[in-house]
Amino acid sequence: MSNLVAALTSARKKARAGRSRQAALGPSVMWALPAVVVYALFALIPILVVVVISFMDWDGVRPPKFVGLANWANLPNIAFLGGSVQIMLILLVCSILVQLPIGLLMGVWAAGPQRNRAVFCTIFFLPMVLSGVAISIVWRQIMDANFGIPGQFSAIFGGNGNVLGSMEGAIMVLLAIGAWGSAPFFGLIFQGAAKGIPQMLYDAAAIDGAGRFRRFFSITLPQLKATIVMAVIFMVVGGLTGFETIMIVTEGGPARKTLTTPLLMYYTAFRDYHLGTGSVIAVLLILAAGGIAVLFAKYSGFDKMESDLEGM
Amino acid sequence: MKQRPNVLAGALTPIWLLFMIIPVYVVTIGSFATPQSFRQGGPLSWPAVLTLDNYQTILTGKFPGYMLNTLVIALLTVGLNLLLALPATYAVVRGRSNGTRRIFRVILLGLAIPSQTVLIPLFWIIRSLGLYDSIWAIVLPQAAFGVPMTVLIVSSGMRSIVNELYDAMIVDGASVTQRFFRLALPLSKSPIATVSIFHFLGAWNSFLFPLIFTHSPGTTVMTVGLYNFIGAYDVDYTALFAAVILSATPLLLMYLFARRWLLAGLMGMSGR
Repeated sequence: MSNLVAALTSARKKARAGRSRQAALGPSVMWALPAVVVYALFALIPILVVVVISFMDWDGVRPPKFVGLANWANLPNIAFLGGSVQIMLILLVCSILVQLPIGLLMGVWAAGPQRNRAVFCTIFFLPMVLSGVAISIVWRQIMDANFGIPGQFSAIFGGNGNVLGSMEGAIMVLLAIGAWGSAPFFGLIFQGAAKGIPQMLYDAAAIDGAGRFRRFFSITLPQLKATIVMAVIFMVVGGLTGFETIMIVTEGGPARKTLTTPLLMYYTAFRDYHLGTGSVIAVLLILAAGGIAVLFAKYSGFDKMESDLEGM
Repeated sequence: MKQRPNVLAGALTPIWLLFMIIPVYVVTIGSFATPQSFRQGGPLSWPAVLTLDNYQTILTGKFPGYMLNTLVIALLTVGLNLLLALPATYAVVRGRSNGTRRIFRVILLGLAIPSQTVLIPLFWIIRSLGLYDSIWAIVLPQAAFGVPMTVLIVSSGMRSIVNELYDAMIVDGASVTQRFFRLALPLSKSPIATVSIFHFLGAWNSFLFPLIFTHSPGTTVMTVGLYNFIGAYDVDYTALFAAVILSATPLLLMYLFARRWLLAGLMGMSGR
């Protein structure tokens, strides 16, 4: 094997001499053109278009009318914008506090060597192949005031079983859905990262007499730091822009108490048909998520081009 | 090395297992219950009679059509995505100009654009192109948004093909196109499979694009069908559960039989 590597390396050095001639033989930029055009049209240009629509009055059907800064000037008057930011941030922080520890524990546990873990993992990772819509609908029915579990066990859940009827109850349900449906994704990421931690670190710590907790906090956590940062960024971007679950489970209720900013954007644009005002909210969300995106690119190394063979 | 039993994990695992299983249990059992027994007994009780009526209701209704729409859209999304992104990946990996490298960076930035934030401008673009309420209104944006992921995952595989293989083909007089089809693609099969499964999963479960860009029954997908179900005044829970089970079955089968690939595809999200 090492002979082969050595042979390839020397062949590679020789090949390098003739590379300038090969330059003309590589695929041209034209190969990337269709992808770039379609990608630009549906993913990049919309970011410019949303700014343009924020200066328009548009009901989604008739041609848009240019109204200058009117939508932006009206920003302070958008009903419930401030409240929506508040509940969005509350849900965001709580979701991270719930999902991060669960994902971490699940991932580190699943990375362990025991056979039976594979069977448990099949069940634990199952929500990832289910649609968010299906998960949300099922939870909505399970938490239904009349025919749900809270009604069947009102002793535990208290009151009349109408858990979704209070703000606290609705938040708890949304957090539970996150723990059920989203935490497994982070568990999977942490499992992959935890498997990559060199075993000798643990062996060395065990010789030094470090217990299980000590090893977790002194080896596992520091080794997973980059992954944790990335998971948090994922959760923040998701929290700033996602609204499927809330839209299906609570519909922003009770009394708009779980109406987050992205859901407000959706309702403003596609239920009340004020697409101009909706675009104003969308621009604000893109700016917020874009700030996170910079972190994302910085920490994940996605913007770097590194060959697996580099340094060979 | 001797390991003491992990008491914490031993205690938490069954609790978590119970939490994970309860919704699955409720849906599965509920889908075989009569509406009466479900309402009277509550979601956790074992139904007095088991019935297939719910499945019959769903299978004789519009839902199979929705599932077919979903399948067509998911396959077209994956196909179009690969058609666009694989040549682009090849250009990024084997191209020698700085232009392709810059394109790669711009495309990868797209990984950070959450599709929910551009729903309004996409709606405008879809309408302007006359695509509203056609399956292409869903396929095109989905395929486009998947380009960065395909380029990212496949390029790491394609890059590990050693230069010497290309050199050998060049010596044999193979053109750029021949090298793509006979070398770059066949040796990137595994990442291509991974990314295909990933995009299929996303397209199968996608909701907001279909919800906003289509409206007639001929273009309704499964997730929107489920959503419309709960909008009805009198929700038939047990039939809804049967529909949920049916909608998830293809992916559950894939999950059980191609779990490694599927999870590898999902892991792609985490970089490496």
